Amino acid sequence: MFLLFILLPLFSLIVLNLPFRAMMKKAAFWWLLVLLALQVYLAIGYVFGFFGFDLNAPIYPLSFSLNVDNFGCVALLSTAVVLGAVLLAAKYIIKEEEKLFNFISLLFIILAGSNGLALTTDIFSLYIFIEITTVASFILISFDKEKLVLEAVFKYIILSAVATVLMLLSIALFLLVSGKTDFSAIHAVLINSPHSLIVMFATGVFICALFIKGGLMPFHGWLPDVYSSAPAPVSALLAGIITKLVGIFTLMRLLVSVVNFDNPIRQVILFVGALSVVAGALAAAGQSDFKRMLAYSSISQVGYIVLGLGAGNALGIMGALFHLFNHSVFKSSLFINSAAIELQAGTRDMNKLGGLSAKMPVTSTTCLISSLSTAGMPPLAGFWSKLIIVLALWASGNYGYAALAVIAGILTLAYFISMQRRVFFGNIKEEFAGIKEPGFGLLLPACLLSAITIGLGLVFPFCLKLLKF
Amino acid sequence: MLITLDIVILILMILAALWAVMTRSLLRSGIALALTSAILSVLMFKLNAPLAAVFELSVCTGLISVLFISTISLTQPLSYEEIIKHMKDRFRRFRYLPVIVILAGIGLSFVKVRPNLILPPPETETNVRNILWNFRSLDMVGQVIVLLCGVFGVVILFKERVKK
Repeated sequence: MFLLFILLPLFSLIVLNLPFRAMMKKAAFWWLLVLLALQVYLAIGYVFGFFGFDLNAPIYPLSFSLNVDNFGCVALLSTAVVLGAVLLAAKYIIKEEEKLFNFISLLFIILAGSNGLALTTDIFSLYIFIEITTVASFILISFDKEKLVLEAVFKYIILSAVATVLMLLSIALFLLVSGKTDFSAIHAVLINSPHSLIVMFATGVFICALFIKGGLMPFHGWLPDVYSSAPAPVSALLAGIITKLVGIFTLMRLLVSVVNFDNPIRQVILFVGALSVVAGALAAAGQSDFKRMLAYSSISQVGYIVLGLGAGNALGIMGALFHLFNHSVFKSSLFINSAAIELQAGTRDMNKLGGLSAKMPVTSTTCLISSLSTAGMPPLAGFWSKLIIVLALWASGNYGYAALAVIAGILTLAYFISMQRRVFFGNIKEEFAGIKEPGFGLLLPACLLSAITIGLGLVFPFCLKLLKF
Repeated sequence: MLITLDIVILILMILAALWAVMTRSLLRSGIALALTSAILSVLMFKLNAPLAAVFELSVCTGLISVLFISTISLTQPLSYEEIIKHMKDRFRRFRYLPVIVILAGIGLSFVKVRPNLILPPPETETNVRNILWNFRSLDMVGQVIVLLCGVFGVVILFKERVKK
């Protein structure tokens, strides 16, 4: 049943493109929206156990090794939410019909790739779906073919290729050691020989590759350039889904289902996470370009996810997964807000902007909600995930890292408040006197994402009771 | 004796790879890359992996090289002066490389690798159809999506440029 999550986007893509392309152009948008809504429904229904039938049942005659668990469901859910928001924003921003259709076709590929990533139980298939998602994102980033973007995407391709080689090397070593490529078989072998040099090398190499793909701090060189120069909907997509799923979700899968998640690995993960949290926040505080600030903030927030994972206990992994979902929601919302500001004011330089809240009240409010959620203000959703991560770090005895996470939270609040002050508060400058809100098409996704942030924050304590642990 | 032959082939492959990286002409670089993968496929054949060797030979040596060479033939080569200018600082960048390789080799020779592992027997399935359609069918779907992705990339990024 869950197989359809991969096959349906694939067949839709073929059907929409091949026979009656001209006729299908208008249908593509609505069809993708329906698919995403269905995905949200199925993912939520599975986690809370709405359905009486087994969603993992295979469809004759295909026998893929797919398996859905609560882990994969969170990935499916965040993919659907962010893709939906990006789709709505793209419909408003991209005016040409042909261009929009191509954009939506690529979103279908991203949907198939990231759903496969969330559902597969085989390390080689995982690699293939990572590549599908990344390659589609290369094309999306260079969609406008501007010089700056092409330079940034070249950097991304080269670093991504290095990560790919490392990943393949590691998969080859896992295959050598265990003779198979599915998660459970590798895990069974690795339990018996935890400190073999080959296994440690393969694990380390795979983790390094995922750090590059996720843009964590020592490997982040490509990320700020790509995020800040990509077209606005693509930035939201990259920050919300692609780097999170390809890098961080895969890291979680690897550590939880495949390798032996013991102390040496935990220490490395904690260190890299803490470095990203602090250095990302400090770098974000020094930026004047709105999108670049968001890019560094993204590195910092990914650091939180990795810190939660590094705590190693069930609470930490849950916090990490919850923060992954929250981050994809509020960061997409912030990138959509930045697109609105750039579209209406013509600049992203925060020192040139000012006093926009009087003229753009909706954008200002959604931006404030998302910023406060990122900084971990109660009762927004970001507060709960950060709280869980800090509690998990404390419970696992990493008191220093827990304190660091709290202090970096204050730093996050500082740079977001500074951003709000420079962009939205104060007296409006003369050149922006005639500015007004963008159309409904761009306000809708930002409002929806903000509603999710507030709603999830309010109902989270009740949700926790319903979840199947 | 057989292992020595493998090592000779391996060294040949490394030389061809070095040629691919170091040569000044893009075309020769493409040919050297094809040569590298051709030697690699010989090595694979010798190590009892005939299927991998066939794929390596047909895809990497054949198909990819054709793509590379046809693309290179569309570009404009540098003038002689520009090549000389490029070559000057080209080798300077690599002068520490042999030293690093030798030092790393000496360092690694002190490390005793004890795998502590009982390796499983290699897979005995030789029927490609069975492997591709029964065991790795999900990867086949992935392959189809990758191909579509490539097609879209070409259409979106290069189609308009021709119009201009």
